Amino acid sequence: MRGWWEFITILGKRRPPDPEDLGLERELLMRMYRLLVLTRALDRYLLRLQRMGKVALYAESLGEEAAMVGSALALRPEDVVFPSYRELGVYLTRGVPISEILDRQLNTVDDPLKGHEFAVFGDSRFNIVPAPTPVATQIPVAVGYALAFKIRGERRLAVTYFGDGATSKGDFHEGINFASVYKPPIVFICLNNQYAISTHVSRQTGAATIAQKAIAYGLSGYRVDGNDAIAMYLVSRSVFEEVREGGDPVLIEAVTYRLGAHTTSDDPKRYRSEEEVRYWMERDPIERMRSYLISKNVMGEEEDKALWAEVEALVSAEVEKALAKPGLDPMVIFEDVYAEPTPQLREQMEEFRQQLRMERVMRG
Amino acid sequence: MTVLTFAKAINEALRYEMRRDERVVVLGEDVGVNGGVFRCTEGLLVEFGPKRVMDTPLSESAIIGVALGLAANGMRPVAEIQFSDFIFGGFEQLVSNVAKFRYRNAGHYAAPLVIRAPVGGGVRGGMYHSQSPESYFTNTAGLKVVVPSTPSDAKGLLISAIRDDDPVIFFEPKRLYHSLKEDVPDGEYTVPIGKARLVREGSDVTVITYGATVYDAVAAAEEVEKEGISVEVIDLRSLIPYDWEAISRSVRKTGRPVIVHEAQKTSGFGAEIAATIAEREIYSLEAPILRVTGYDTPYPLVHEHLYLPNKDRIANAIRKSAAH
Repeated sequence: MRGWWEFITILGKRRPPDPEDLGLERELLMRMYRLLVLTRALDRYLLRLQRMGKVALYAESLGEEAAMVGSALALRPEDVVFPSYRELGVYLTRGVPISEILDRQLNTVDDPLKGHEFAVFGDSRFNIVPAPTPVATQIPVAVGYALAFKIRGERRLAVTYFGDGATSKGDFHEGINFASVYKPPIVFICLNNQYAISTHVSRQTGAATIAQKAIAYGLSGYRVDGNDAIAMYLVSRSVFEEVREGGDPVLIEAVTYRLGAHTTSDDPKRYRSEEEVRYWMERDPIERMRSYLISKNVMGEEEDKALWAEVEALVSAEVEKALAKPGLDPMVIFEDVYAEPTPQLREQMEEFRQQLRMERVMRG
Repeated sequence: MTVLTFAKAINEALRYEMRRDERVVVLGEDVGVNGGVFRCTEGLLVEFGPKRVMDTPLSESAIIGVALGLAANGMRPVAEIQFSDFIFGGFEQLVSNVAKFRYRNAGHYAAPLVIRAPVGGGVRGGMYHSQSPESYFTNTAGLKVVVPSTPSDAKGLLISAIRDDDPVIFFEPKRLYHSLKEDVPDGEYTVPIGKARLVREGSDVTVITYGATVYDAVAAAEEVEKEGISVEVIDLRSLIPYDWEAISRSVRKTGRPVIVHEAQKTSGFGAEIAATIAEREIYSLEAPILRVTGYDTPYPLVHEHLYLPNKDRIANAIRKSAAH
């Protein structure tokens, strides 16, 4: 029997098994790899756009792509995701178009969340519920969402992502505890990237692993190599299947590493050594997947180069298009507070409309 | 019509909505087997079963967060927080998540949930069973805040709250639960959120209040009437949104507003009403705007009848206002 005490890895093994032995087809592996590459390419562009002052704040995915893509690939479209604020690879894997992610980040006229908040992403068409920035607060909400599936007898799943820092918050414990009583179809995925801004995971918990915390709630926890897209996919696939069929909630700890900064307002040189970063660079999830696919003859060097070029060109064309779009109308700040604005809010909207008129007059 | 206590009227509203709409579910501490510590959910577990009436862990943040998730996924949850004094365990869920949910996701998901919580003092409950925390929530965009004061309003407003497409915090003045009875309309009965109730007509002074102090205001009005002062009493019934029309109509008539609430004075909801009257009706005023409220102390266990805005304190404020 597997459990939290075992570190589950495929690509981390000295001799990883062949795709056939894992029951993985070429088409799926190439889709996985393309999503990893796409996540990295778009991530780089978004970082650049932030540096150019076009994006307010950005939280990089660099280094964590495999944990995101591998797990999300095992989801079905009707499953619902409650991400945190860093899961670019999850959105892309769910099929969200690059253009929409750019609209969101650049707050163009087509921003699906109308510029109400930065960094987070969500869209009901892709069953992604946008995250709150206060850490861990999405966890009980995901539990409630899953509970509605159980009440109605639907075979659907809710999955919530959060970081290692979130496991110190009350909402992690209250959420997982509630789930352990009512057992809705939910999977908790901790992307343990080892840092909450500057604070190392050893300052978040005295426990040796995050996965073992499941035991105290009477649930199973798995500890997976988060820099291994294949391991993440295989574990997620079997866990999701089990939970969808009425199994108990599960906690998956994806052990990964945030190679970039916490957000664009952070300088990681202040709190970690270059050696440490180099150690994890050598375990870059994309390079690992690349060399696996090449060594197993799933993909050739030339094909890889062509893929990178194709993805880079695609992203850069989408960025050009998004940058040319107009921004949002100022009146959007009053939208979606309530289904119908209260009388008090209506009056303030009118006041604001007049303020806008005045400003236009002043500007001539 | 059936004669019901306040608590029974809440129970009747829940039962009516649960029979009408299978999306309505109830969750909270001791709401199932025990029927709620104030008996508001009595009998619901037997009638609707454990999928729709859930005894939860002692876990306010999870209760509110789970209710939000249920609401986002097509249910109509009514969560009970056993005392409004314990709502702070779920404060982050309410303020960061529930209130901002529709806004954050730009209408992709809604949050049609109700949080019921007993509120206020007068039951020798001490500092953790007596507070009136409504201002924390009226200061948060995205929430609606309702405080009924009669059994009929309790039923009609709770049904409206359950059918509302936005989150409603429903504060039930606990000292009214079993202390009064009245005829409550049977079956379908709603009271719109955002409309005040004219409790008593008068021409000299307007008392604006909500919750249990409505009764103290009426008692004070009856007392000063003997001295020839005619007092109008307005029960706001809901704070967000609040019925400015009803306030301004009355203030224009009397020119003498007195605002009454149990919550502490500084930054209480009365400050909002007073400021709005000052902004818009200053030329209608014949006297300074007065407030009768709880004091800026934690809620005291001893001498709470002196701390509360009782009949005598309200009557004195009315006299002071009328003297201008």
